[in-house]
Amino acid sequence: MTVRTYLLAAAVLGLATSGATANDELIKLQKDPNQWVMPTGNYANTRYSELAQITKDNVKNLRPVWTFSTGVLRGHEGAPLVIGDVMYVHTPFPNNVYALDLNNNGRIIWKYEPKQDPSVIPVMCCDTVNRGVAYGDGKIILNQADASVVALDAKTGKEVWKVQNGDPKKGETMTAAPMIVKDKVLVGISGGEFGVAGHVTAYNLADGKRVWRAYSVGPDDQLLVDPEKTTELGKPIGKDSSLKTWEGDQWKIGGGTTWGWYSYDPTLNLIYYGTGNPSTWNPVQRPGDNKWSMTIFARDPDTGMARWVYQMTPHDEWDYDGVNEMILADIDVKGQPTKALVHFDRNGFAYTLNRENGELLVAEKYDPKVNWATHVDMKTGRPQVVKDFSTQAGGEDHNTKNICPAALGTKDQQPAAFSPKTKVFYVPTNHVCMDYEPFKVSYTAGQPYVGATLSMYPPQGESHLGNFIAWDAGQGKILWSIPEPFSVWSGALATAGDVIFYGTLEGYLKAVDPQGKELYKFKTPSGIIGNVMTYTHGGKQYVAVLSGVGGWAGIGMAAGLTKDTDGLGAVGAYKALANYTQLGGVLTVFSLPD
Amino acid sequence: MNLQRGPVLASKVFALVLVALAGWTIPAIGAVGARAEDKPYVVKDGKVDKAVYNGWRRYTESCLRCHGPDGAGSSYGPDLLHSLESMSEENFKEVVVNGRQNVTAATTSVMPPFAQVEDVMLYIEDIYAYLKARSDGVLGRGRPERFDR
Repeated sequence: MTVRTYLLAAAVLGLATSGATANDELIKLQKDPNQWVMPTGNYANTRYSELAQITKDNVKNLRPVWTFSTGVLRGHEGAPLVIGDVMYVHTPFPNNVYALDLNNNGRIIWKYEPKQDPSVIPVMCCDTVNRGVAYGDGKIILNQADASVVALDAKTGKEVWKVQNGDPKKGETMTAAPMIVKDKVLVGISGGEFGVAGHVTAYNLADGKRVWRAYSVGPDDQLLVDPEKTTELGKPIGKDSSLKTWEGDQWKIGGGTTWGWYSYDPTLNLIYYGTGNPSTWNPVQRPGDNKWSMTIFARDPDTGMARWVYQMTPHDEWDYDGVNEMILADIDVKGQPTKALVHFDRNGFAYTLNRENGELLVAEKYDPKVNWATHVDMKTGRPQVVKDFSTQAGGEDHNTKNICPAALGTKDQQPAAFSPKTKVFYVPTNHVCMDYEPFKVSYTAGQPYVGATLSMYPPQGESHLGNFIAWDAGQGKILWSIPEPFSVWSGALATAGDVIFYGTLEGYLKAVDPQGKELYKFKTPSGIIGNVMTYTHGGKQYVAVLSGVGGWAGIGMAAGLTKDTDGLGAVGAYKALANYTQLGGVLTVFSLPD
Repeated sequence: MNLQRGPVLASKVFALVLVALAGWTIPAIGAVGARAEDKPYVVKDGKVDKAVYNGWRRYTESCLRCHGPDGAGSSYGPDLLHSLESMSEENFKEVVVNGRQNVTAATTSVMPPFAQVEDVMLYIEDIYAYLKARSDGVLGRGRPERFDR
């Protein structure tokens, strides 16, 4: 990770275009299993590690070896980074960053403590989460809750530059992790529940200068699309592709925020991400397909121009944000070797696309309870909506019942893992249904712009709220499924040691084998909504995870989910997460005995 | 969780004790009319009046994100059913109007002022009625059913 390594990589690969720096360094670093250099583990978002000291045979001996309290008691999403001998740990608001010395028992090398106006807290949708920092070219990049992006010197923690990416007074906040591609920092924006129009912005890694911004909704020049060359399912999207799908000026507060994960294919030179819900949650107030909310985007990271798009949920009626991670995997799809993009959407369908051209190959339910659509029409790419579960058909002030999945989605941002060894995807999921009643709302800048009441509960006749599943993305089939009492809201990790790790809301770190057999569990101090990561230090493999219950899971489940038909007297039947775990903010690091 | 700001009035402490005692004597949820305090709601056979229903809906729109479904609290917003056991109507409204902050090293609790938010200020009586009915234990969880209109 030195200048020498970079020069070597640049010379060998011949990739040093446009004076790029971090790209070549990061392309090399993300392949080194000894480090964990980006929140997603690697550009392909596989969350797979080649490390194999910890195996399915010895993982039963795993034990916690050191812990670190972050000092913050809120939902801890994301995972720390390990660059060389230093671990970088982030926290929810106030978004402190710690550099810990792995050579010295986690001694704090530096701490960065941003000064942020606490008035940003109530405009964050679902807890004050943050999904991690990025590393590139000797800098640590932090997206703060108040929508500022800060570059810190990785050695000293001193600010190198700081830019403002949005206005929290309008409900624009940041929760997603930045991603560094070539010489640019790519960041999204949160605030879909406040009528924020989503965008992705590229800043120069060197000085923070803004290079491009691509909106999810609006006129073509703001979308950064070419009506002739940008395609959806192989066809040009045409002129005014977004504007034509909104009534009047509604697109200006139209949502499509970009708070999920980003992936990058260096060979194709494309970045991939998804956009969130259209605003408001009341579908009656925004006729049309509401493009390009709920959409997978493939863009050129140099210019921001969109190569292809695919809208999964046109005219959303359920809050099925399309922001979940895009996993880039080379797999056989129905017998054909394919450069695939695999995406487990909130709407309950798992999509396999050709990531070169956006062709739709597989779209199947990854929870059998999904009922809002019968299937996805593979020619048009449109879900075939069941009228009984259409909140648009039900209309304003009508309570549409027993829709599966709930707005939480069959999966939210908690990322899945893909093992190139087994060719299988390991997916943390929710198993929750809902009633949804839209009503009319008016827009006020900085105020919630939701317009729907929801009740959430387990599917009829069932009592567990989550599953951890194995998925064949080439066939679109569930291979196995482990029921969990609560939603699995933690990112998974798969390793060459044939171990798959995930965390649970009660606080367990669990390890299972490729057949789904539980091999190990340990109860950490608080519920886990962070992502499991692994690295080596001094030649020894470690596994680490953040505990700290919260996030959206913390809203719905702290006091237990509800079902209106249960009515009076059934309070005792609710399973409250509060009976299992309490607030926390702790990193737990595991290894095998010497 | 510090639910009271400033001095706690003796009467509130008294009310709290009453509620605590009442909790021992009321065997099941839904025992209407067992309380001595003001009851700004009408709940009969599990059905509610227009005000309480509207209060539920406005609560869901403006308060649920932090205070959780049915007022029962989240991992970071206080359980309002517990709060209203000791908080007066006047105190409740004061906090809704002006907001409150409790930001320390370990806690970052911020309630924004709702004084300028029509959807809250116009219906604050209804929101209070709904939460009070919930807090008093006469209304269960979930979407309340209205009286036949």
